[in-house]
Amino acid sequence: MNMMSEAAVEKALDKKMTDMSYKMIGNDVSVYYGEKRALFDVNLNVRENTVTALIGPSGCGKSTFLRTLNRMNDTIEGCRVTGKITLDNDDIYDKEIDVVELRARVGMVFQKPNPFPKSIYENIAYGPRIHGLARNKADMDQIVEASLQRAGLWTEVKDRLHEGGTGLSGGQQQRLCIARAVAVSPEVILMDEPCSALDPIATAKVEELIHELRANYTIVIVTHSMQQAARVSQRTAMFHLGQLVEENDTDKMFTNPDDQRTQDYIMGRFG
Amino acid sequence: MTDVVSSPAGVLAKPARRDIGIKRRYAAERRFRAYGIAALSFGLLFLALLLWSVVSKGYTAFQQTMITVPVEFSEQVIDKDNERATDPQKLMTANYPIIARNAVAKALGVAESNTADLRAVNQMISNSVRSQLRDMVVANPQIIGTTQTVSLLAAGDIDSAWKGQINLDVSEDNRKVSDKQVGWMNQLAEAGALAKHFNGGIFFNGASSRPEAAGVGVALIGSFYMMLIVLVLSLPIGVAASIYLEEFAPKNRLTDLIEVNINNLAAVPSIVYGLLGLAVFVNFMGLPRSASLVGGLVLTLMTLPTIIIATRAALKAVPPSIRAAALGLGASKMQTIFHHVLPLAMPGILTGTIIGLAHALGETAPLLLIGMVAFVANYPTTPMDPSTALPVQIYMWANEAERAFVERTSGAIIILLLFLIVMNVGAILLRRRFERRW
Repeated sequence: MNMMSEAAVEKALDKKMTDMSYKMIGNDVSVYYGEKRALFDVNLNVRENTVTALIGPSGCGKSTFLRTLNRMNDTIEGCRVTGKITLDNDDIYDKEIDVVELRARVGMVFQKPNPFPKSIYENIAYGPRIHGLARNKADMDQIVEASLQRAGLWTEVKDRLHEGGTGLSGGQQQRLCIARAVAVSPEVILMDEPCSALDPIATAKVEELIHELRANYTIVIVTHSMQQAARVSQRTAMFHLGQLVEENDTDKMFTNPDDQRTQDYIMGRFG
Repeated sequence: MTDVVSSPAGVLAKPARRDIGIKRRYAAERRFRAYGIAALSFGLLFLALLLWSVVSKGYTAFQQTMITVPVEFSEQVIDKDNERATDPQKLMTANYPIIARNAVAKALGVAESNTADLRAVNQMISNSVRSQLRDMVVANPQIIGTTQTVSLLAAGDIDSAWKGQINLDVSEDNRKVSDKQVGWMNQLAEAGALAKHFNGGIFFNGASSRPEAAGVGVALIGSFYMMLIVLVLSLPIGVAASIYLEEFAPKNRLTDLIEVNINNLAAVPSIVYGLLGLAVFVNFMGLPRSASLVGGLVLTLMTLPTIIIATRAALKAVPPSIRAAALGLGASKMQTIFHHVLPLAMPGILTGTIIGLAHALGETAPLLLIGMVAFVANYPTTPMDPSTALPVQIYMWANEAERAFVERTSGAIIILLLFLIVMNVGAILLRRRFERRW
């Protein structure tokens, strides 16, 4: 998006949207934590190069659904997923699929900034190193710089790449985590309330970043903030009590939703 | 808290502000603080008492009374018939104590015909002069026939008397040094021949029934071997077991049972481990008794639960967000653990290990059972050789009757405490050095 004008980008992306190319398709996805059922037959498709926002009251299953997309739920004891989720038509819960490879393709940014207690450089370089993306030091330097630039952090940290990543401010840490996710060249980036621990200025920066990242990545973001969903996303999905209530264009969701519950939630009547 | 009931009658009259006993609350807080400070002072008092008692009794062990006199290596005594060229045993078996006795007697002016006095003089010198002079002569036979100035170890009783540890006011019959010997002692001291010197022997010598010649050398080597074995075995095994239990093992009845048992094992009396070691390592596997290898294995068994508990706690303390970050990047479980979790848990693991080692270093009971309570005069060259350990040496010296062993017991305790302090300071420094914030 460097050379193209903003309007041209929007136009190109909108055209892509109308192509209805689904990056990930969720079919009858249900999740159980032991005996407890957390998700009920969710059918939700994620479009390529689109920001999809997942909204809903606490405990509605939006984070759970997000975590099924890169199988982070596997790490939770007693968690079971049924249904089918595909990434580019490959079933990600298939036995043939290597979860390590999947997570390299579907990256994740967490609620609380969680940089490794290592240098900024090492934070970025870790992913490419374990996936063998860099052949030598120069390659790695290049990946680190490109990732930090994508995350809009390069100018702020280029002079202190070898200082601790935990010494950055909260907003910078979160952008560092985004840069870290970007460094392994994923296709999809999952964000679990990435701004909930940030102040409004840092939030604005991260939102701007999400907007830019959309050109190259498919983004799914869980958020508690209606305004944020309206600002950053093109598609919005509303969850309630483990069920997908409605999924629609963001504009339509916030002006004229199909479902009464969506209307009520957006108007602040519950949740 | 029975005195809380005293609510005044005016409570209903002034409903806006109840008596919630603020004064009592503050008083309770002050009382609690006072209890705490009292408990701490009590503990510190006893620590100070312990240290004072050990140090005041033990510091003299690091000094040793020596008698420095010109010693004539008389050919007449050592090798009367000049056979040393043909009979190598000649120099080994010569009567060296006579030489030393004659040297001291000469310095005191005791006549060579006065056999009773000569016997008394002989009692003032340690028996260890035999090996001291023999080693000198064997190393350099040229000195036979010459006169050399040699520092001879004074006998333990003279050492005690010179250090003022023997009460000279009691009747002569009831003490081990006679008035005559005390007189000679003072005479030698005035002539500058008898004085206290730094006692390196306590660090290097092996076991000896003569307190003046006894040292913790063998015990130090035995303890060193055992610590090495404990470290080499229990750290990797303990860390591997903890990682498996904490990160990989499914949480079910079996692992719960294992966890409970590990916690219980940490509380099993150490003497039980000694019996186990005796049955398994000595009787069943046929390893030698008194060997530091067996001691090390027993202490390993004893230290493992401590290390496993410490390591699991350290692994648990690593924030889940770090694991999530690594897993989210596509690191495998193994990579997540070894690249991120383990380095962060390392300070805790090392601290636990050093504390476990320090515990093992001070352990006595299991070593008694596997026969490390032995009289070992020669340095063990391998962990298979008989040896003792520092705490066992203390135990053995504490059982000795001679007055001079009292200070040695305390001296050995000081040495052991120094090692423990060094290890604990090491643990603190390691924790400080590697502690990371997240």
